[in-house]
Amino acid sequence: MTSDRPLLAVDGLRKLYPVGKHRIWGRGAAPSLLHAVDGVSFTIGRGETVGLVGESGCGKTTIVRLIARLLDASHGSICFDGLEIGKIPARHFGLAPPRAQIQMVFQDATDSLNPRFTAFRAIADPLLRLRRLSGTALRARVEEVARLTGLPPELLSRFPHQLSGGQKARVGIARAIAVEPRLLILDEPTSALDVSVQVVILRLLQDLKRQLDLSYLFVSHDLNVVRLLCNRILVMYLGHIVESGPADRVFAAPAHPYTQALLSAVPKPGFAGGRSTRIGLPGEPRSPIDPAPHICPLYGRCGRATEKCMVDMPALRAIAAGQFAACHYPITDPAAEPQPLAVNEPSAEDDYRDLALGQRGQNP
Amino acid sequence: MIGNSNTVPLLAVEDLGIEFRTRSGTVRAVDGIGFELCRGKTMALVGESGSGKSVTAYAIMGILDAAARITSGQIVFGGLALLQAGEKAIAEIRGRELAIIFQNPRTALNPIRPVGKQIADVLLRHGNVTAAQAPGRAIEMLAKVRIPDPERRARSYPFELSGGMCQRVMIAMALACAPQLLIADEPTTGLDITTQAVIMDLIAELAASQNMATLLITHDLGLASEYCDHIAVMHAGHIVETAPMEALFAAPHHPYTAKLIAATPGGAPSLDALVAIPGALPDLRRADLPPCRYSERCERAAPDCFDRPLRRRSVGDDRRVACHFPL
Repeated sequence: MTSDRPLLAVDGLRKLYPVGKHRIWGRGAAPSLLHAVDGVSFTIGRGETVGLVGESGCGKTTIVRLIARLLDASHGSICFDGLEIGKIPARHFGLAPPRAQIQMVFQDATDSLNPRFTAFRAIADPLLRLRRLSGTALRARVEEVARLTGLPPELLSRFPHQLSGGQKARVGIARAIAVEPRLLILDEPTSALDVSVQVVILRLLQDLKRQLDLSYLFVSHDLNVVRLLCNRILVMYLGHIVESGPADRVFAAPAHPYTQALLSAVPKPGFAGGRSTRIGLPGEPRSPIDPAPHICPLYGRCGRATEKCMVDMPALRAIAAGQFAACHYPITDPAAEPQPLAVNEPSAEDDYRDLALGQRGQNP
Repeated sequence: MIGNSNTVPLLAVEDLGIEFRTRSGTVRAVDGIGFELCRGKTMALVGESGSGKSVTAYAIMGILDAAARITSGQIVFGGLALLQAGEKAIAEIRGRELAIIFQNPRTALNPIRPVGKQIADVLLRHGNVTAAQAPGRAIEMLAKVRIPDPERRARSYPFELSGGMCQRVMIAMALACAPQLLIADEPTTGLDITTQAVIMDLIAELAASQNMATLLITHDLGLASEYCDHIAVMHAGHIVETAPMEALFAAPHHPYTAKLIAATPGGAPSLDALVAIPGALPDLRRADLPPCRYSERCERAAPDCFDRPLRRRSVGDDRRVACHFPL
């Protein structure tokens, strides 16, 4: 086992959902396909914290579910520590050995804890299923992870409704680390918490990573939190990674127009001038249903678009050391300043977007 | 039109106290708070969950839960004492002079009524329009909040619209009768950051064009500083500090405000630079709550903080703080 091999390598990952017309016995028109994740490749190194950011509907959650093997990919490979796990069907993955190695901390600790389980039972659940522990060994392990996550042992007998938000977040983290995973997927772990508690949980995550030698995939739409916690970030838009690179570099000098717009929308405490420097994205995202394969996903909302963006989908290319952007006219390249076209008016395509979001839009 | 000067406060809340009777005791959710808001100004009520922000908003709107009881104080809106006015008088101004945007537009909108009709309902109740004019005016309002293709969207149901679109419909509904005061209760929670920017810019722009006062309720200090002239910081049912935005960040006077700013990730260079706020909000059911409800979490607390009555006092221009030992 070599240590320079990334812990997780995702290559050409796609997830397509059939929508609309259903075929009966192979007859009728072929169904339309919603491209939730459309050809995504990235790696997570050992001990690395990778941030995945993007708006709702961009495919973050689908990627998380694919990596956690709750969903089967349509194409592409997921390689975990040299082992191709993308080919194990999701319904068999629960019993596969890598299950314990990849664990998840869910968004809202209140919703993701069983209300009829005590904190002890919630943390014990993965140990019962994946480690087959029982009796004193089980109790010892639960108490150990409770201590690691700063959960007082007297709270272990409480039910979720008797715990505060921060305590529930600790139970969610304790449950995930109980089976000694190597990759922890954190899906907006602090979005339901107040700032005062958020700081404590972020610190806890940082400490646990060092102590337990974990790697994190941190999914969030709170860019400030991502900036503080992550080594590297991936920016997603409409199923594609449009930019990736070291977090401080991407935040200081975003290369993709979408990243730039996203960062300019973040309000800064104590600073009223944010509105004057904001880069707006007019209109709504394009429809993810049967997208034209040669059009840049941001085309129509991007102020830098030219005709080239309509006929040639840009691929990720190196901008600076470790920084990649999928744009023909990245911002750090003054020589390639394009002659922008007029930005399109919102089109009929928006309707599909709204309809699709009607089902999924609740996810913040 | 009621009141017309920019110096006489449009909304004045004085010494407001609100209790909730629950099975496990009386919760003193809001205790002796006061603030003023002038026409055309924007103010933010900032605080953690459970600090009494939304309850204050509901009290102003007169839509408190039946278990709530107003124990003290008054709310004066454009010369009318809202707490003494009858339900009929309040129903006349609620929706016309006073409007609110709720947190989750999907649950605030009627799911089985097209959005155009929901806006028309408000207009028909308050807007002096005829039944024939109302649908057209509703479409105008949808266009004003920049919903593309408003004629067709007016016939859509909330589930057919994205979260951002639903929030625009809420804004259209709130602004249909050109209110004097708009209360925005966490208007962008659950929306994407780019959508949040669009929605907040829209509210700010419409407020400026109609000289409307805005009370923004949020837990996000960044959002508050971008859109509000004044910030009132709430903690456990008290307003601990009120100040102009820049002054508050430049030099917070209340220890809690300072901690809140230090805990907000927005400006911090690294995770280690963030400071957690020790302790938790006190249990508001306790009978022995100290005069300063922050005293049990405060590093600067002295014996005085636990027994000497606390008054909010003016410190400098337009600033008030409730602390015996301000920073």
